[in-house]
Amino acid sequence: MESNFILELFGNNIWSYLIIAVIPLGFVTLYALVAILGELKIASWVQDRLGPMRTGWKGVLQPLAEVIKLLQKEDITPTNVNRPLFNTAPFVVFIGSFAAFAVIPFSSKFIPADLNIGLFYIFAVSSFGVIGILMGGWSSNNKYSMLGAIRSASQMISYEIPMALSIIAIATLSASLNMNKIIEMQAGGFWNWNILGGNGPILKIVFIPFLFVLFVVYFIGSLAETNRTPFDIPEGESEIVGGYHTEYSGMKFAMFFFAEYANMFIVSSLVTVMFFGGWQSPFGSFLNDPISQVFWFIIKAMSFVFVQIWLRWTLPRVRVDQLMYITWKVMLPFAFVAFLGVAFWSMIKP
Amino acid sequence: MGNYFSNIFAGIGTALVGMKITLNHLFGHKVTMQYPDKYNPIRDGGLPDFTRNRLFVDMDLCIGCMICQRNCPVNCIEIETIKVSKDDPEYLKPNGEKRALWVSKFNIDFAKCMFCNLCTEECPTNAIYMTKEFEYSAYDRKNLYYKFSVMTPAQIESKKRIIEEEKAKKAAAAKAAEAKSTETKNE
Repeated sequence: MESNFILELFGNNIWSYLIIAVIPLGFVTLYALVAILGELKIASWVQDRLGPMRTGWKGVLQPLAEVIKLLQKEDITPTNVNRPLFNTAPFVVFIGSFAAFAVIPFSSKFIPADLNIGLFYIFAVSSFGVIGILMGGWSSNNKYSMLGAIRSASQMISYEIPMALSIIAIATLSASLNMNKIIEMQAGGFWNWNILGGNGPILKIVFIPFLFVLFVVYFIGSLAETNRTPFDIPEGESEIVGGYHTEYSGMKFAMFFFAEYANMFIVSSLVTVMFFGGWQSPFGSFLNDPISQVFWFIIKAMSFVFVQIWLRWTLPRVRVDQLMYITWKVMLPFAFVAFLGVAFWSMIKP
Repeated sequence: MGNYFSNIFAGIGTALVGMKITLNHLFGHKVTMQYPDKYNPIRDGGLPDFTRNRLFVDMDLCIGCMICQRNCPVNCIEIETIKVSKDDPEYLKPNGEKRALWVSKFNIDFAKCMFCNLCTEECPTNAIYMTKEFEYSAYDRKNLYYKFSVMTPAQIESKKRIIEEEKAKKAAAAKAAEAKSTETKNE
């Protein structure tokens, strides 16, 4: 099955691949504006404020103003930094998160690259961000940046293990690492989504708790992976100023910022693909054409972005020892047990 | 081991309680008052009684005693007065009282004013007082220099002339008296 409408429209040539590459970039830019507005508005509503109200209707143009402000700020490079590393770090971080968009299935007819190992690929390139953050923190030649980068690296490496376990469990259940295959396995309404046991006989309800635990483990891990509260110790303002991006300003800081928001969408869409049916309509074949699928996918992913923002304004930052306790002593054993349960289910599943 | 599981449940439970609270606030009543657009403390009566804002001087009441000028810690008040001559046609106020001084200049520089209220407290006639007006910022410092005197330059000129004439008359009279006394001495 051809899974890319642009290749069907324009044929298999370099221009169609360029268009395929540009669509996610445009999407990320638009999405970042929406997410910044969402962050501002949700933050202020949670605090009983109104938030930005004066730029455009109810302040909807505020993210545009913030981006323009960031772009025209002076791009400061401190004297004692390691220049090549300092200048490339933000772009490495952004490339890491943008590369992951290659396998995000927006619809059954549009996935930029329909890889056989999509899930594995996304996990591999999202680790790329750690290198960028370490580069930025180390080259800044600043103790706070260095500490932030070390914290970030230790946190990301630790949280990748329970996350990897939940990804393996889903791969076992779907018998595939291909994004579209995983989604097609969950066809036929929301009761067939992996969070509700996947496609299978009624016996699956016994295994719903295992999949739910995996979902929670993956979601908590994704919060740590994107450096968001309650796991934002790499940039904990009250302890280490700004963490790894202390010395950055202007365009380069904007790249870090952009990468964080892009990462939020990637982990949310991964949750959507793995547990909530991806682009599948929740009502079986109702509204399940390729264009509605884009709508369903973005609605689902954005609702997880919303939960991330909501959590950010609810929970305080955890300590470093608590952070390590949560991943190694709580999430990892739970993920192991849940993985065994899911593996057992996929063995006995007819 | 029992502690381990109860800790995990407590952790998840408290996070959910917190999320419920923030969700209630997310859709709850907002406390922000949109000041210039929808809410104005002057119009809507949001200011307390004794706020210290822009000063106002009622020139009908001012007697030109200069107590406020002397009280001012930052010297932001400038007053000039002219004595009232007995020959002045407006020697008496409309209500029949004797007029003490013409206040030809009463300027307050609000760029300097620190709103200490010392001028209003000591004013014998309550001519200077705080208003509720606080939105008077200006792009030029000159626009913060308020002139309260109601006298026109022509009026000031005429009042000065009257007092000069009286002085001249007095001086002439004194000279005449002196001349007289020297005359009597010489005799």
